[in-house]
Amino acid sequence: MEKLAWLVPALPLVAWAVLLLVGKRLPGGGAAVGILAVAVGWVISLAILFGIIGGADAYHASTEWAPIGAGFDLPLGMTVDGLAAVMLVVVTTISLLVQLYSVSYMRGDERYTLFFANLSLFTAGMLIVVLADNLLLMLFGWEIMGVCSYFLIGHYWEDVANARAAVKAFLTTRVGDLGFMAGIFVFAWAARSFEIQRIIDGVETGEISSTTVTLGAALLFCGAIGKSGQFPLHTWLPDAMAGPTPVSALIHAATMVAAGVFLVARMYPVFEASGSVLNEIGILASITMLIAALLALVQDDIKRVLAYSTISQLAYMMAALSVGGYSAGIFHLFTHAFFKALLFLAAGAIIHTVHSNNMSEMGGLARAMPVTFVTFLVGALALTGIAPLAGFWSKDEILTDAWNAGFGGAGEAATSQTVAQIVFVTGMVTAFLTALYVGRMLWLTFGAAYRGQGHPHEADAAMLFPLVVLAVGAALAGFVGLGDNSIATWIQTESLPAHGPVPLNVGLIVATTVVALAGLAVGTALYRRGLPEHEYLERLPLLWKTLQRKYFLDDLYEQGIVRAVVGALAPATYWFDQRVIDGVVNGAGLGTRRLARGLRYVQSGQAQWYAAALFIGVIGLAVLVTQVIGS
Amino acid sequence: MPLMYPLVFAAFLFSVGVYGVLARRNAVMVLMSIELMLNAVNVNLVAFNAYLRDQLVSGQVFALFVIAVAAAEVGIGLAIVLLIFRNRETVNIDEVDLLRW
Amino acid sequence: MNGQEVAFLILAVIGGLAGLLVVTSRNVVHAALYLVVALASVAGVYLLLAAPFVAFVQVIIYVGAIVVLLLFGIMLTRAPVGRRVLDNTLRARVGAFVVGAGLFTMLTVFLAGAFGSARISNQAATATAALGESLFRNYVLPFEAVSVLLLAALIGAIVLARRD
Repeated sequence: MEKLAWLVPALPLVAWAVLLLVGKRLPGGGAAVGILAVAVGWVISLAILFGIIGGADAYHASTEWAPIGAGFDLPLGMTVDGLAAVMLVVVTTISLLVQLYSVSYMRGDERYTLFFANLSLFTAGMLIVVLADNLLLMLFGWEIMGVCSYFLIGHYWEDVANARAAVKAFLTTRVGDLGFMAGIFVFAWAARSFEIQRIIDGVETGEISSTTVTLGAALLFCGAIGKSGQFPLHTWLPDAMAGPTPVSALIHAATMVAAGVFLVARMYPVFEASGSVLNEIGILASITMLIAALLALVQDDIKRVLAYSTISQLAYMMAALSVGGYSAGIFHLFTHAFFKALLFLAAGAIIHTVHSNNMSEMGGLARAMPVTFVTFLVGALALTGIAPLAGFWSKDEILTDAWNAGFGGAGEAATSQTVAQIVFVTGMVTAFLTALYVGRMLWLTFGAAYRGQGHPHEADAAMLFPLVVLAVGAALAGFVGLGDNSIATWIQTESLPAHGPVPLNVGLIVATTVVALAGLAVGTALYRRGLPEHEYLERLPLLWKTLQRKYFLDDLYEQGIVRAVVGALAPATYWFDQRVIDGVVNGAGLGTRRLARGLRYVQSGQAQWYAAALFIGVIGLAVLVTQVIGS
Repeated sequence: MPLMYPLVFAAFLFSVGVYGVLARRNAVMVLMSIELMLNAVNVNLVAFNAYLRDQLVSGQVFALFVIAVAAAEVGIGLAIVLLIFRNRETVNIDEVDLLRW
Repeated sequence: MNGQEVAFLILAVIGGLAGLLVVTSRNVVHAALYLVVALASVAGVYLLLAAPFVAFVQVIIYVGAIVVLLLFGIMLTRAPVGRRVLDNTLRARVGAFVVGAGLFTMLTVFLAGAFGSARISNQAATATAALGESLFRNYVLPFEAVSVLLLAALIGAIVLARRD
């Protein structure tokens, strides 16, 4: 079955092409084509995962795509190991459920077929990233995802704000991608190949110098910063909520943003070999998770709460990877995909019926939309990390790894102890804040009385079905982390053997549960009666203003970078292109014409002029011949 | 006498003829200048013949040929000039420039 | 400086001057007459260079026939008079002068380099019989060709110049 793994990205790619070409004429707008392609991929992915669980070996196949010369070649290949299998299942499951959901959510949209085409293309891109065995192919899929994100965020482009959000997302991730590309080339040059396995081998055998490894790893991580929304390139994610909710669920919760985490995991031996980069990852992750959680506390738009929550949880995954928790990070990615996608889709159902994103216009929906409420609650509690839901297991494993690396004296992780300690402390604080904003969100949306104008009612079955499935996943997904044959065993490789099941640190479990419950309690106390007259944090005006302006980062980027480029660099480049480059091209033509206009006077029609030229030539030749040949 | 005397004389006549060909506007004047050039060539030939004193007297024979050809050329040349004059009422050769750009 | 050289110098000066006047005079007829002088002096030079037959032919053909032909041409084309009509623009004349001077310099320099020290020895004038022998024995083919050329020129001139 592993041999068929290439079908998993290929089918959505074909679906994209079909939908673009003939989709509009198909019954139902062609949604079935996209769904079918992903469904088949889903079945194959499950089969592969069960094979891996059963102990199958990793499978690698590649064919030569293009020789580049100088001893380089570009293979087209796939690596089907445990990590890839887990990611395949995550991506295909979420993509399938989102597409089923979209059938109802996007009904009546004028670009319905294009939406499904873009979803298929995106899925193909992410799957290419997952399966790629060389960095250049991964970059290819990476960029496909970037462009699809742009298309999908800007789906309602008639509103300029949406178009701008799409551009912002694309450009911000592009900045990270530049570092990513540089990192790819550093490693390719050092290892004389783009293949991931060869690069890892080169790092492990010490063939590649440690400075190169550090430089390359830092550059590769830039790509992860951009795609996974780490500080300072996180500013695009909240704005990306301008896209339709299924897009937010698929791309900005479960898959594309996880690609950065996947990249670090895929290249983990490289990152481990450069301890300093892991420290940087840890610091950045700690900053990110904290600032994002704070921002989530003050949002009115429910999707923005979830967006900031995503940034915060992604930081958790990165933090896990930074303290040596390779399996913890991937485990959290796995569980997060379920409950975050669930939360987004449920929020979408709510928005659909309430016709507003703002929680200030919601409230009291628990009675009006019971199924949505229950599923949302499951997802929210999983996010908070309440046992025995999925988020509890994965978040706990992360904190355990951080504790062990920081205070446990394990000493084998490449990260410094200080960084691990910082990670642990911020992790705990963020857990509290997470519970706090989740509680706020729950009470404001479902509690107290309805504050809006519309008539809220339950969503239809097509939208509820994915919600229920995801709720079951959010509840049960955590159990894959237990036991001997756990997710840790599945994703182990030769370079990264599983360290056996992480021994449960009971004290830590108690501590995290207490923190989570405390957060929920505070949230309940503050927001039980619905939206207060003024938000509590408004009493701290400086903090309130900083949070409202998102730490002034957007302003900084806008004034500092965007202004400089749009105001100065872009016009200068345009001028250069028009005047200099086009000038050279046009000038070649103009120059020829002018030259011709000058030269044509040779053809004067006057015999005396020709005779004069003749005699001058004779004199010249005579002098030349006698002087040159020998005088 | 030194060979250079007739040679310089011939070169001078030739150069004067070249000047006349290039500087005169009237077609008949140009023909006259051409005659000067041909004469210079003849002087050259005869001078060398006197210097080399060969059995075949080829220098003088060649000079005779040149005179004959010059005569033919002047005849035809004037016929053409007459034709141009009939067509255009002018013999200014700088007005006969139909082959210009 | 023997008498031959003196005579040559006198003839050369006269001929050169006449040639200059041909190309610079304002009157076409005057130019034609100066041409006569130049051609005559060339004939004198031929005599000095031991080529009497060529000298006679020069006078007969050039002075006698060609110049007359040129004068007829002048007459038939209503030759105008005046510097402005006869000469090119000043720029052209300057250019022509430059070309001519350059040509003269180049020729003189090269000839001096090659034949600077050569001398024409005193010799008897070439007998016409010897010339005739060479012409009709060794160069009979070019002779015939030139005859045909003259015939062609004759016919051509008539054809070109007739009115119809």
